Amino acid sequence: MTIEVSLTHRFASFVLDAAFRVERRGVTALFGPSGAGKSTIVAAIAGLLHPQRGRIAIDGHVVLDTANHIFTPAPARHMGCVFQDARLFPHMSVETNLRFGLRRSGRTASSEFAAIVELLGLESLLSRRPARLSGGEKSRVALGRALLASPDLLLLDEPLAALDAARKAEILPYLERLRDSSRLPMIYVTHAVDEMARLADTVILLRDGRVAGQGPVFDVLADIELGPFLPAFGAVFPAMVVCHRDDGLTELGFDGGALLVPRLYRAAGTRLRVRLRAEDVLLAREIPMAISANNILATQVTAVRLSGDHADVQLRSGGIRLVSRITRASLQRLDIAPFQSIYAVIKSVTVDPQLDALAMR
Amino acid sequence: MLSPAESEALLLSLRVSLVGVGCALPFALAVALLLSRVRFPGRSLAEALCYLPLVLPPVVVGYLFLILLGTHEPVGKWLVDTLGVRFAFSWTGAALTSGIITFPLQLRAMRLALESQDRGLAEAAATLGAGAVDRLWNITLPLALPGILAGVITAFAASLGEFGAIITFVSNIPGETRTLPLAIYSALQTPGGEVEAARLCGISIALALVGVSLAELMGRRFRAAYER
Repeated sequence: MTIEVSLTHRFASFVLDAAFRVERRGVTALFGPSGAGKSTIVAAIAGLLHPQRGRIAIDGHVVLDTANHIFTPAPARHMGCVFQDARLFPHMSVETNLRFGLRRSGRTASSEFAAIVELLGLESLLSRRPARLSGGEKSRVALGRALLASPDLLLLDEPLAALDAARKAEILPYLERLRDSSRLPMIYVTHAVDEMARLADTVILLRDGRVAGQGPVFDVLADIELGPFLPAFGAVFPAMVVCHRDDGLTELGFDGGALLVPRLYRAAGTRLRVRLRAEDVLLAREIPMAISANNILATQVTAVRLSGDHADVQLRSGGIRLVSRITRASLQRLDIAPFQSIYAVIKSVTVDPQLDALAMR
Repeated sequence: MLSPAESEALLLSLRVSLVGVGCALPFALAVALLLSRVRFPGRSLAEALCYLPLVLPPVVVGYLFLILLGTHEPVGKWLVDTLGVRFAFSWTGAALTSGIITFPLQLRAMRLALESQDRGLAEAAATLGAGAVDRLWNITLPLALPGILAGVITAFAASLGEFGAIITFVSNIPGETRTLPLAIYSALQTPGGEVEAARLCGISIALALVGVSLAELMGRRFRAAYER
């Protein structure tokens, strides 16, 4: 169950030359700045772009192979697409839009229609025209329309980029629910670290038309070698609500210790993701006494990377990776080097309680 | 209200324009699709050729038809002998002339509508399993419908006023090829026919007003339908 992609396409101003292979499962994020080639890759997978050279195979089924003149046209590929601009058909009602792909897939499953309408909260919109929908509503309808075509793979091309923060927050939980409730694999294109941190299982970093890095989201986001490619650098790892303490803090457990954070209104046992920005992680040689920070983790330094006037320090705590960004001066003063033991000091308030509070993973 | 000659000219005008523009419509649409969606060698030449009737003097168009489709000319003779269609000195010739002369007007409006269309919508339809014909029929054409209608109405209105090409090709035969403009011309050629000419002008103006209001109404309908 794999997705194999290798593409070469020369545009007037840039060259895409990317190849990757990922499991056809969960959410794969294509991450990179604008112009990195993310959308081109998605268009090629969908069959909307015929690249100059390339090969794409889904579970071994070849849909594109320029060497052997194989090109499966888009309608026969069964790739669901959600575009940034939604692309709803303006001359049809929301319901007709939703049923467009469903009808063409040769099924008339009304239970499925009802389930998707329910999942995305579309009931009240069905008779409306797309022109009368808000940006967030359009995104949800576009998502529903793609899902109802029962694709083998869902391609999301910056589906939230056109939305403001409030609309984003409205859609993200739906995407999380979808990720967790369906077996549908997704390729998610984004240039926003927070979306990637919340949704992705696997990350492919793209830079100037090439793959700069690839791996599980928890490894990639805390990889100091990839730091320069990540605008908001920091570790992401899975955790679980353990208990709510009398002092107003919530204790989270993770593979390698516990973390105290400001009260999270989630039941004990709730799984979530925690993100710690590199700038927010302090390092100490000895356990600091009388300090306001609530969390002191015993860690081991695994790597150090110098970059400009600061240094990124890779840490391991149990089974998870952390990363700390400190000044070069601090690095020298503490004489930090790989294989040393060191304490990571984390203020509770820097652990964003909003992040993934809804993700049931 | 209207004299028999007047209603004859009015009905003939409507028939000639309806048939002429109606028959040209599928061709205009096909050419518009071809020019806006397909790249092929000689595209600029084909485009120039399509717009020729708009820039040629109508008399020239009429004359070209005369020497091409006259009953004694090879093409015209062949049409009569094999298909039984006679264009010379017949209302069908007037319809053909109207259709060809106003062809560029239809073509232009349709091309604009097709070229300004968001191609992303057809792409989205493709990813949802819609093949080429499906996309054309359910996405591209419905979205271009306002432009198509605008083209048809403009062509129809222009066709009602066609004079030079018709009189050159099919002459001025009462009840057969004497459309409104030709009837006005004939009235002006007759001593004391000014009143008749004025009445016919009035009919023309009324017809034009109805056409324009109809177009406006349809435009509003479409906008309302898309924004509901």
